[in-house]
Amino acid sequence: MLPEIGQFSLILSLFFALTLAVVPLIGYWTNNRLLLETARPLTFIMLILVAISFVILSVSFITDDFSVLYVSQNSNSQLPIWYKFSAVWGGHEGSLLLWVLILSGWCAAVAFKIRTLPEDVGPVVLAVLGVVSSGFLSFLLFTSSPFARLLPDVPVDGGDLNPLLQDFGLIVHPPVLYMGYVGFSVAFAFAVAALITGNLNSSWARWARPWTAASWAFLTLGITLGSWWAYYELGWGGWWFWDPVENASFMPWLAGTALLHSLAVTEKRGVFKSWTVLLAIFTFSLSLLGAFLVRSGVLTSVHSFAADPTRGIFILGLLLVLVGGSLLLYAIRAAQVKSTVSFGLTGREAWLLLNNILLTVLTLTVLLGTLYPLIFDALGLGKISVGAPYFNSVFTPIALLLIVCMAVGPLSKWHDTPLSVFFIPCLSSVILSALISAVLVYWYDFGLLAWISFTVVFWVVCLSFADWFGKVSAGTKGIIPRARQLPRNYYGMLLAHLGMVVSLVGIVLVSINSQESMLRLSPGESTSMAGYEFRFDRLEQVKGPNYVADRAHFSAYKAGEPVAVLYPEKRLFTTRQQVMTEAALDAGFTRDLYISLGEKLDGSAWGVRIYVKSFVRWIWLGGLMMMVGGLLAALDKRYRRRAE
Amino acid sequence: MNPVRKKRLLVIMVIAIILSAATGLVMYALQQNINLFYSPSQIATGKAPHNTNIRAGGMVVAGSVKRHSETLYVSFDVTDFQHKVTITYQGILPDLFREGQGIVAQGKLDNEGVFQADQVLAKHDENYMPPEVSEALKSAQNATQTKTVTEQSIY
Repeated sequence: MLPEIGQFSLILSLFFALTLAVVPLIGYWTNNRLLLETARPLTFIMLILVAISFVILSVSFITDDFSVLYVSQNSNSQLPIWYKFSAVWGGHEGSLLLWVLILSGWCAAVAFKIRTLPEDVGPVVLAVLGVVSSGFLSFLLFTSSPFARLLPDVPVDGGDLNPLLQDFGLIVHPPVLYMGYVGFSVAFAFAVAALITGNLNSSWARWARPWTAASWAFLTLGITLGSWWAYYELGWGGWWFWDPVENASFMPWLAGTALLHSLAVTEKRGVFKSWTVLLAIFTFSLSLLGAFLVRSGVLTSVHSFAADPTRGIFILGLLLVLVGGSLLLYAIRAAQVKSTVSFGLTGREAWLLLNNILLTVLTLTVLLGTLYPLIFDALGLGKISVGAPYFNSVFTPIALLLIVCMAVGPLSKWHDTPLSVFFIPCLSSVILSALISAVLVYWYDFGLLAWISFTVVFWVVCLSFADWFGKVSAGTKGIIPRARQLPRNYYGMLLAHLGMVVSLVGIVLVSINSQESMLRLSPGESTSMAGYEFRFDRLEQVKGPNYVADRAHFSAYKAGEPVAVLYPEKRLFTTRQQVMTEAALDAGFTRDLYISLGEKLDGSAWGVRIYVKSFVRWIWLGGLMMMVGGLLAALDKRYRRRAE
Repeated sequence: MNPVRKKRLLVIMVIAIILSAATGLVMYALQQNINLFYSPSQIATGKAPHNTNIRAGGMVVAGSVKRHSETLYVSFDVTDFQHKVTITYQGILPDLFREGQGIVAQGKLDNEGVFQADQVLAKHDENYMPPEVSEALKSAQNATQTKTVTEQSIY
């Protein structure tokens, strides 16, 4: 009975979403306040209905209702309870339901804050979100309902959740990532609403900024979590694979970063108006494209859900309607927008323009590399894959250039900035940074790329602090009161920029200073690497809730002193008879020790992978700093003012 | 030229320079890093280049996996049920590597026609078949059918 209520509630929510998509717009065109005011309650009802379906699906999972097809495919009675709950989004249907839940959550958040918008704009924004929600709800209902039943032949037990997903990572990574992905639909809705109402002045940028910053922060955290999860779960010790699905989340992030910066220019100076609108549409399209790539199975990837062509066609249709529609609207409206303000070539506008150009180029190179196999195949030239070396060799130089801009740009002022403002601080700090990094690179015997990277890193750090110090020491008030007065927005920027270089340190050191080896080891044998000695003490059998495992005991020594004991496992999940590697880590601020078991070879020997990863934690530490920076920017006081 | 136009020209030039540099970089990197997929039949009939980075894949032939007793060296055959190719690899195979499983390997074909892999990929879902492999199997199957048809028409 319950699953039917869930299904019914979903159908109802689709009706409310459709109403939300239509009624406020009619109200807007006929100037009917009553119709405009329906937007808010409609949004809340939609959220409640979707939430009911979600709760019902979760209950079906927790109570092992295997008459529901989706539950029987993705759960098992032996599964620990917290994985039963997270298995709700372990497959295509349920993760789409989560997507829709989060989408309606964002809609409700906009509805909650509607008083910060003018009376006729808020409902239009909600109506656009209603259109997006209708699209996803009908996708969910027509191609992938999670409530389909297996009656009357109810299976005795379920087919189990993919062992790879039985992990803490599945509990947190998809919800946070979707928060980011879906959040960009709010920026999109603001942009389209601005096009519809013709309100294309700087105020739409002010409304869209906190929402964009918040979704950017979530997407940053989601990608960071995904990278961390892949690192410890896949057992290959890598933290980024340029896998199509990773790229699918990375492209909206790059475009979203550009949007964040161009919104700032549009708000403060009223320039780049049409570009910013276009970028908001572009960012959301990339989120949709990501959904298409993941769920259609057109690309080979570790994330692929079992492929079903109808789903791919549906999303492609959705993509065409939403993107095509908004671009058409843009083509009609954007011609009316005239930037009357000009800007100087050394001013902050120009730096942010450069930031936007570079980020757009980066997005396009990733897009090309990701879609190239599809294009190649469609032209009948054969099946190809574009390897990580492509992305590394294209991405690195452009990204370094971008970070150089990130160092210098914040020094500039709006409008025109005399070159002397840059000259002395930049020159002195770049010489200092180059020297420090030269000493470091010489001492540790790193290469040229490391020298350039570290110079850039120190440079950003120096200039950020110089900028902050310049701001707080101006005036007569004393440093601490001044520091408190600076807006959260500013601290958000500072933190996000510093996070970027912290990640860069991690990325550079992991790639040049790590060591790895794959070897044969039997219990009692040992090997040394990077100043550590690793001893394979013994092997034991352990039994988990739904698996049996071979657990190895490794001790790590440095200069004869024990530093860590590691227990890598090889698990056999009994339901699916699937083998999984559980790597063991000893995490540290400057290095990770990482051991994962390969296969059992003849005799007592095992294939073993051992890594010493240098500064790998810094990559995610930087990601966290960027996330906090984004949240600080989203929570800036300026955005909380009510509309007059 | 008036200053506004001059400024606009400068901005456009900067964009053009960055774009063309990026395009050059992309073209160069794509040329170096594209890996074409070849099925066992294509390799056996000599359609695949030697000593170039390519990918190959198929089903792992039962009983063909041989391991070296001292090192991590391993060799196995993959097939599309038409032809076989021997793949050698030095390292740890993925968890889902099994006989009868579809896999994709990346590496080079040496002069003896042995595929020396530096990466072996098996997907993390037992029901998942790499699209390249399923297509290779399909086209091999079609080839068999056409062959039987032509054979029949001869008699």
